[in-house]
Amino acid sequence: MTLTLSDSESQALHGGSGEAEAHGHPDVRLFGLAAFLVADAMTFAGFFAAYLTFRAVNPLPEGATYELELALPTINTVLLLVSSATFHRANAALRQGRSELCRTWLAVTAGLGLAFLVSQMVEYFSLPFGLTDNLLASTFYLLTGFHGLHVTLGAIMILIVWWQVRQPAGRVDASNPFAIEAAELYWHFVDGIWVVLFLILYLL
Amino acid sequence: MTIAVPSSQPQGPSLQPVGWLRYLSFSLDHKVIGLQYLVAGFLFYFVGGALAGVIRTELISPMADLVPRDTYNEVLTLHGTIMIFLWIVPVVNGAFGNYLIPFYVGARDMAFPRLNAVAFWLIPPGGLLLISSYFLTGAAQSGWTAYPPLSITTPAAGQVLWIVSVLLLGGSSIFGAINFIATILKLRRPGLGMMQLPMYCWAMLGTSLLVLLSTPVLAGTLIMLSFDIVAHTGFFNPGEGGNVVVYQHLFWFYSHPAVYIMVLPVFGLVSEILPVHSRKPLFGYSTMVYSIMAIVFLGLIVWAHHMFTSGTPPWMRLFFTIATAFIAVPTGIKFFNWLATLWGGKIALNSAMLFSCAFIVHFVFGGITGVALAQVPFDVHVHDTYFVVGHFHYIVYGGSVFVIFSAIYHWYPKFTGRLLNEPLGRLHFLLTFLGFNLCFAPQHWLGLNGMPRRVAEYDPQFTLVNQLSSVGALLMALSTLPFLWNVIASLWQGARAGDNPWNARTPEWLTSSPPPVENWHGEAPLVLEPYGYGVPIDQLDLSTASGRDLWSGGR
Repeated sequence: MTLTLSDSESQALHGGSGEAEAHGHPDVRLFGLAAFLVADAMTFAGFFAAYLTFRAVNPLPEGATYELELALPTINTVLLLVSSATFHRANAALRQGRSELCRTWLAVTAGLGLAFLVSQMVEYFSLPFGLTDNLLASTFYLLTGFHGLHVTLGAIMILIVWWQVRQPAGRVDASNPFAIEAAELYWHFVDGIWVVLFLILYLL
Repeated sequence: MTIAVPSSQPQGPSLQPVGWLRYLSFSLDHKVIGLQYLVAGFLFYFVGGALAGVIRTELISPMADLVPRDTYNEVLTLHGTIMIFLWIVPVVNGAFGNYLIPFYVGARDMAFPRLNAVAFWLIPPGGLLLISSYFLTGAAQSGWTAYPPLSITTPAAGQVLWIVSVLLLGGSSIFGAINFIATILKLRRPGLGMMQLPMYCWAMLGTSLLVLLSTPVLAGTLIMLSFDIVAHTGFFNPGEGGNVVVYQHLFWFYSHPAVYIMVLPVFGLVSEILPVHSRKPLFGYSTMVYSIMAIVFLGLIVWAHHMFTSGTPPWMRLFFTIATAFIAVPTGIKFFNWLATLWGGKIALNSAMLFSCAFIVHFVFGGITGVALAQVPFDVHVHDTYFVVGHFHYIVYGGSVFVIFSAIYHWYPKFTGRLLNEPLGRLHFLLTFLGFNLCFAPQHWLGLNGMPRRVAEYDPQFTLVNQLSSVGALLMALSTLPFLWNVIASLWQGARAGDNPWNARTPEWLTSSPPPVENWHGEAPLVLEPYGYGVPIDQLDLSTASGRDLWSGGR
């Protein structure tokens, strides 16, 4: 029997709930996050299915445009893939106890994420169609916008972790890496979704 | 085998509210959250039931004379939405899942207590938003399916509030599913294998997988629908080049599995109740498990049988017809296993058993009409008629709601430490059973003879049968009176139940009634045979069992 009663302070805070158990099992929390990401992926899957069906069966109206340039999205893909690698470096640095290096890599990762968002804005303003112009345009903005929302949330998560690593109390360090691992899992997910999105929206 | 360790460890102090106030607070205790789901669900059930009363009263006569047609559409939309998203799904998943799952895996709480509380507290605002839309802006009028283009062309404000409300409830459902999966897979106490879990755990695991895979698709679809309404995009608006059939595909990709989200937990609950009150081990445990997983898989690939009249191509009709018919196989396995569990048992026909046995009858009937509906020629004949209304009420009311009542009679002693009154329970059963069958059986006849659903006016030739149906609805409404009196009065006047009034073997009965804050005084018992009724009762090792031996009194 390995379940432990929470200490009295935690009991007072949580009304004696078993939250201390979950705190004692970071893998349970990562598992929960992974389950959430499965749900998130299904939302994207629904959008993808709609987009592909529209492309297959709904012809564009007369005179409507749906032209995508490849240059900016290719740069964006590189930005995100590199940011996945830098996040990995940040986690590795934390594992070695080098928290300053970890913060540097986190800052680089967040910077790449922000660069992605800026680049996406530039792309939006350069496109010849708007949200309500036609089905494919609407779905394009829906998918890229929903993904951009994920990147924004991810960048905010990275900045929070960046702030937490600096905290002296050991909130995030080699012995307590849950926050950075969760953020990294989420970030890799966002990057992976982008790769699928890039394939379907731009290359297919 | 049962190992129970007597209590020695003291409980820590608690700053959370105690007494009834904790049910109105952001409690993190899975038992409090479970009962919050249950009580909130019942409040919405009575609202949804009152709306059903409006519908059945309107249909007493062929003309639309009680409420105008628009109001009728609002009423039926609210009725469907409330009953599905605010009553059955939260209660069979949230209420019983939260209450029972930590006991069954030997944990002191769910994996994520805070997320659990958040999941519950999304429900009251979601429900109030939905109901208040009727008074603020006029409720949505497009039915619980919100099919475009109707949902785009009817007044927008109510429809948008409907979407926001369903998104909140869907989020609640997803958070709950994450919690159940993590708890069942990761929080099992050491030594407890997956194939030793009570069946309700497997049912909740399957249900949570369905929620996780299908609810987000509904959320995404409704976001697209709200864009159509608010930003005038054209995803589902044919006038803008949009595609209504895509909406139906995405919608039913959630809403067909939603049927199993409503009945798989119920299958689990019945699997807990039948063995206890017939003193028999659950028959065919492993086949029950495989059936659940087969239902999960098949449930995800049959959605288009709701769309046979949407212009689906023949190959698609053929595939979805066959896949749907296949679901009857694992479902049938479960039914025969339940019957085999009862076979030769020492059956106590108390209120819990009466409701569970009625569930078996109703669900078989609803299942058979379901297989009939999966056949294209028949479906095309009765599509959007009252036959469909009769069919799904046999599934969700005759199935799910009957089992909710059964489960309340079974677990009320654990919730409160008191027994419910048996004669009142049987009166409740009798009225519900008669009322339900009188209300919904004739609707099959109405549908076969061509009465469409979702209408306030109908051909006068259907008057008598509609009146019969309405009388049945009145009986069902009356049946809630003895039930309500019973659950409220029994809180004070009910006989003391003791810890284990049914002499059950599942772990929740091996602690006090009601259970302490962290579920057990001392260590959790390790129950490896939750259905070990194969030995005579006097040789059962129920170390912590106490209370009265009610079943053996021949009740």
